[in-house]
Amino acid sequence: MSPVLAGVLQLLALVAALALAYVPLGAYMARVYSSDRHWRVERWIYRGIGADPDTEMRWPAYLRSLLAFSAAGVLFLYLLQRLQGVLPGSPGFDSVNPAQSFNTAVSFVTNTNWQSYYGEQTMGHVVQTAGLAVQNFVSAAVGMAVAIALVRGFARSRTGELGNFWSDLVRGTLRILLPGAAIAAVVLVACGVIQNFSGIHEVGQFFHGHGMGAQQWNGGAVASQEAIKELGTNGGGYFNANSAHPFENPTPFTNLFEIFLILVIPFALTRAFGVMVGSVKQGYAVLATMFTIWLGFTALMMWAEFAHHGPALQAAGGAMEGKEVRFGVGSSSIFAVSTTLTSTGAVDSFHSSFTGLGGGVAMLGMMLGEIAPGGTGSGLYGMLIMAVIAVFIAGLMVGRTPEYLGKKIGTREIKLAACYILITPALVLVLTAASMALPTPPHSMLNSGAHGFSEVLYAFTSAANNNGSAFAGLNANTDWYNTMLGIAMLLGRFLPMVFVLALAGSLAGQRPVPVTAGTLRTEKPLFTGLLVGAILVITGLTYFPALALGPLAEGLAS
Amino acid sequence: MNNSVVNTARLFGAGLRALLVLTLLTGVLYPLALTGVAQSLFHDKANGSQVRADGRVVGSSLIGQRGYGPGYFQPRPANGLGTNSVNTRYKLVLSGATNLSADNPKLIRSVEQAKAEVVKENSTARYKVRPSQVPADAVTSSGSGLDPDISPQYADLQVHRVAEKNGLSVARVQKLVDDHTEDRTLGFIGEPRVNVLELNIALRALLAKT
Repeated sequence: MSPVLAGVLQLLALVAALALAYVPLGAYMARVYSSDRHWRVERWIYRGIGADPDTEMRWPAYLRSLLAFSAAGVLFLYLLQRLQGVLPGSPGFDSVNPAQSFNTAVSFVTNTNWQSYYGEQTMGHVVQTAGLAVQNFVSAAVGMAVAIALVRGFARSRTGELGNFWSDLVRGTLRILLPGAAIAAVVLVACGVIQNFSGIHEVGQFFHGHGMGAQQWNGGAVASQEAIKELGTNGGGYFNANSAHPFENPTPFTNLFEIFLILVIPFALTRAFGVMVGSVKQGYAVLATMFTIWLGFTALMMWAEFAHHGPALQAAGGAMEGKEVRFGVGSSSIFAVSTTLTSTGAVDSFHSSFTGLGGGVAMLGMMLGEIAPGGTGSGLYGMLIMAVIAVFIAGLMVGRTPEYLGKKIGTREIKLAACYILITPALVLVLTAASMALPTPPHSMLNSGAHGFSEVLYAFTSAANNNGSAFAGLNANTDWYNTMLGIAMLLGRFLPMVFVLALAGSLAGQRPVPVTAGTLRTEKPLFTGLLVGAILVITGLTYFPALALGPLAEGLAS
Repeated sequence: MNNSVVNTARLFGAGLRALLVLTLLTGVLYPLALTGVAQSLFHDKANGSQVRADGRVVGSSLIGQRGYGPGYFQPRPANGLGTNSVNTRYKLVLSGATNLSADNPKLIRSVEQAKAEVVKENSTARYKVRPSQVPADAVTSSGSGLDPDISPQYADLQVHRVAEKNGLSVARVQKLVDDHTEDRTLGFIGEPRVNVLELNIALRALLAKT
């Protein structure tokens, strides 16, 4: 069997598995967020928080709770790293310096998981499990909460109420992420991912003599973190090599399984959306948009990587630099697309050594706003914002007030949607330009020429879109990058949430518009086509000049 | 004004309490319970799939090693591996890739050099390796730097050298490689591969017998 055919078959198997999970998981998630009943353990938690889970919140209250919870997360994680040196159970690792602690705290709370540190030498058991892994859960649950609040905005009428943040947060964590991660983690351990709390210890080596008898290993609760790292579209590796490290991703099967974990919630959330707005067909239309883009990008990536243009790869006879033998080019390509079209950023192969165009596909995936299928929650709300923009464009064409799901898209709504889509490009382009113009930041580049520029562009694209993958040659552990990438992550996560929740509040307050012969049928393929087109055109116009200087220049030269 | 400060503080307190409760659940109970399950059901795997030979641990079947002698099968290059720069009381291997771009002159040079070396070292008196025979994995660094595997093509290419250095027949060594070649999972997942550590352990056992 040729590697190309094997790659295609793996893609088909993945699609089949996702299709099987779609209806049951989507329906389950809709029930989780719609149910009136609380689990007993949840009642204990609400009592601990001191919050009444049945109080309905309007959008400002929902947002304030969300921001308070996230601020507590940043502060806690920052202090945990700063105090690591005196904490027990951290194999004597020193405290992390302030700039890196800030960057890492923000990174994990914003679901980005950008890492300017080397996991194996920097973070001990306490920070990894009680700090970083916790944010893997709750940052994903926060993303889902915002998505569900927006869905309620479409589903409800003549009320400003969007649900209760604490209840959405706790249910997302307890009923969806925790059971999912526990099952996935057991599967991963069964395949060879490590799960222990031994400190750094010596293990023998095959070749001994000349003082080379042993290797030093990190123990760690890797499987428990790996599972939620993928399921919550987080992406922060226990080890520096992330999912390329054999202890995180030991076999070809675990690789495919991890890709499945990355994609399953974001895709299935479109089902929950369809159920909650009372039309599963609307869910299918959004799903079809996400799936079309994801499949197209995967095909492009496979084509670029199998063709292996670029002098070093031509000389080697294949694009295997930065890739593992057990995965090969095919499933590494699927992983790379799935991680950059969601907000994951985990890698099983190193994007910086991909072909010029392959690296460009990864970057463009993030620039779309990570909506195909996107992060847990953030993918759905990002895509719904694009749908609002698309119906607006369609409305302009026929001269009719645009509506989506029975709600009028008026001046206020379109202003909020427009603000949403302007934030990340502004962050990416301004901060990239500043990094290129200032005297010292360019020194962090590993490669020169177009690829060096791509390293910086990739970094800010990844941070502002809360992805976390990198053209990792860039030395980002400097005060400039730690601080600026931290700010990009913060603003790129929470400003869009402000606009999403404001939009949700405004939609929930409207009375529904009846469907007439003139209503744009948003559940039809025509609308899916329009939506895909709008997404590609808007992103293309925004980023083309920057892409032309980086990956396009590199890709077309080889 | 005063009221809003009080309200903000109250809300932050709620956020902090929520975080602490969820930390207890997802950051303490969950990993501990999972470690319990993993250690009791999959003890060897949870501790790193360690391999024993000659009565001692010689590494992990998952983690590639360096330093095999010329009579043994060689792993892939690992130019992205580093050593630790902080907490230096330990001698840790930092996993990682080179991150060099496809048009980086350094990478082009290292691929060309690696190819020339593979050709030279694996050619024997009666067997000449052609550059076109050298597969991509033999001249590129993996993503982790710890890739435990090589492609069957790269293993096959080393058979003549290994046979000659150890005074074994080519057919005998080739059979060893074939026995240690793992096909794609279920015939289509991943790529065919040969685990270098396991192959070398088998080779040493064979040498001890003959």
